[in-house]
Amino acid sequence: MISLGIEGTAHTIGIGIVEDKNKKCNVLSNVSKMYKPATGGIHPREAANHHAFFLPKILKEAIKSARIEIDDIDVLGFSIGPGLGPCLRTVATASRAMALKYKKPIIGVNHCIAHLEIGRALTGAKDPVLLYASGGNTQVIAFLDRKYRIFGETLDIGIGNCLDKFGREIGISFPAGPEIEKLAEKGRKYIHLPYSVKGMDVAFSGILTAAIHLLKKESKEDISHSLQETCFSMLAEVTERAMAHTDKGEVLLGGGVAANKRLQAIIKKMAEERGAKFYVPSKKYLVDNGAMIAWTALLMYKSGYRMKIDETKIRQNFRTDEVEIKWRS
Amino acid sequence: MEKLIKKGAEAEIYLSEWLGKEVIIKRRIRKGYRIKELDNAIREHRTKREALLMMAARGAGVSVPIIYDINLYKKEIVMQYIDGMRVKDFIDKIDEENQKKICKKIGKSIAAMHENGIIHGDITTSNMIIGDGTLYFIDFGLGMKSEENEDRGVDMHLLMEAFNAVHKNKKLFEWVFEEYEKNFDEGKEVRKKINEIISRGRYMRRVT
Ligand SMILES: Nc1ncnc2c1ncn2[C@@H]1O[C@H](COP(=O)(O)OP(=O)(O)OP(=O)(O)O)[C@@H](O)[C@H]1O
Ligand SMILES: Nc1ncnc2c1ncn2[C@@H]1O[C@H](COP(=O)(O)OP(=O)(O)OP(=O)(O)O)[C@@H](O)[C@H]1O
Repeated sequence: MISLGIEGTAHTIGIGIVEDKNKKCNVLSNVSKMYKPATGGIHPREAANHHAFFLPKILKEAIKSARIEIDDIDVLGFSIGPGLGPCLRTVATASRAMALKYKKPIIGVNHCIAHLEIGRALTGAKDPVLLYASGGNTQVIAFLDRKYRIFGETLDIGIGNCLDKFGREIGISFPAGPEIEKLAEKGRKYIHLPYSVKGMDVAFSGILTAAIHLLKKESKEDISHSLQETCFSMLAEVTERAMAHTDKGEVLLGGGVAANKRLQAIIKKMAEERGAKFYVPSKKYLVDNGAMIAWTALLMYKSGYRMKIDETKIRQNFRTDEVEIKWRS
Repeated sequence: MEKLIKKGAEAEIYLSEWLGKEVIIKRRIRKGYRIKELDNAIREHRTKREALLMMAARGAGVSVPIIYDINLYKKEIVMQYIDGMRVKDFIDKIDEENQKKICKKIGKSIAAMHENGIIHGDITTSNMIIGDGTLYFIDFGLGMKSEENEDRGVDMHLLMEAFNAVHKNKKLFEWVFEEYEKNFDEGKEVRKKINEIISRGRYMRRVT
């Protein structure tokens, strides 16, 4: 079975084509384009225009490099939410048009679940706790009682958002994460920042404010180092707590921030200390991508999910635990 | 002589002896994934906070183990060993009248904590021990100081989930809450918060 998936919840428009071979995920193509705001944060409408503009090009490219014809596609998936309204609408509208034109079954996919499923498919993790750390989202998710439950999450902004905002203060353009990672490597001194864990949840805005204040007297390198150590340790702590509570022996990373080598090292060490296994897919499947939507749509379709066109309304605040996971037991 | 009785995500619990007494030692373990400065600061802060919350609870008239010693270097609290049974392990086995008695005690104790700005943070029936007829609360490791009804609501919501997940008699939590409302003026507001928390649909955590 071959599935085409369209992702477009935030900055990235992506299209991926996958097939299942002996129950394994085989990515045939995965093309994407990222909108980078000229100044400041994301402008949802500009991002949506960007997605509308690039979608046809990316589609052609994805089909060409997968070496298939539109006719070969068995199911069409798209990111139905959560995400920014204008971006979601653009992608949903394009997907519906395609489904009708080419007479393909259409499936709206939960973006967060897609991050988890592509990670499982490509790393071999079976029943992991997922630390999903991206620009807009920061969640600890695990499978329990037929659903992906959120065990912990950010109470304010996403971790990537926190890094990007700090980056803007020191003149680094979006996405600032990779540059901050390099600065942090040169940092030597740890400066205390508020450590904000509340039960299983985390919060970043207080830390961000404190870090920005420090810019008056400390070096960018030392602050970047301290910011990373503080935020990533918080993430490790709540992830570990979720692992302890669910009795799960695997941890999986997802989301763009998970490309950070220091975050990877911290979570890996945490896993080692508790005798658990650590998994992380390669960067192109950590950031938003079409392949993850294609793969999840395929899993959903095979387990019996069907959607009529009028059931494909976007869901801006779509929660991870609203989907019944029929493809797992 | 120290005997490990529990290894949690954050702390190890030992049964030991201290000046001839049977004691519990709760020691926060070093996390290799955190850099040293941060790790030491967190463990020290949490040890202090837990001890302070226990003392505050005692001040509010709630029974907690007596603290014998706090060692901030080793990040440990040495406390009274409560020889008794966890509420979780016996409440299903007693008759309704006695269940109701215990639930009332629980409700009254939580009211006293909340009234005095103490949020336990992990109120489940496994963190309550009855020893010599007295109800003791343990494990303030996730607690905090707060006067917010939101935080009180989260506290009570967790207890509700604990009761509903683990115990057969579905009236237990209602009994607890009736007594809580009777003893705490903000009780009605806290109930509203609980309903709000339920409607957010957020799965808080698995309660065992
Ligand atoms: N090496 C890195 N270290 C830290 N952060 C990084 C690194 N590489 C990328 N990031 C961050 O990842 C984020 C982008 O990732 P992703 O595409 O998953 O997020 P997004 O567009 O916000 O999507 P989502 O809708 O999943 O929240 C940005 O915030 C960026 O700064
Ligand atoms: N003072 C005490 N007297 C008797 N038993 C105790 C005492 N303190 C702890 N225990 C026992 O040890 C167990 C674990 O203690 P505690 O809940 O404080 O540890 P924890 O690691 O913080 O637990 P959790 O993982 O549930 O947060 C309790 O369930 C109880 O059986």
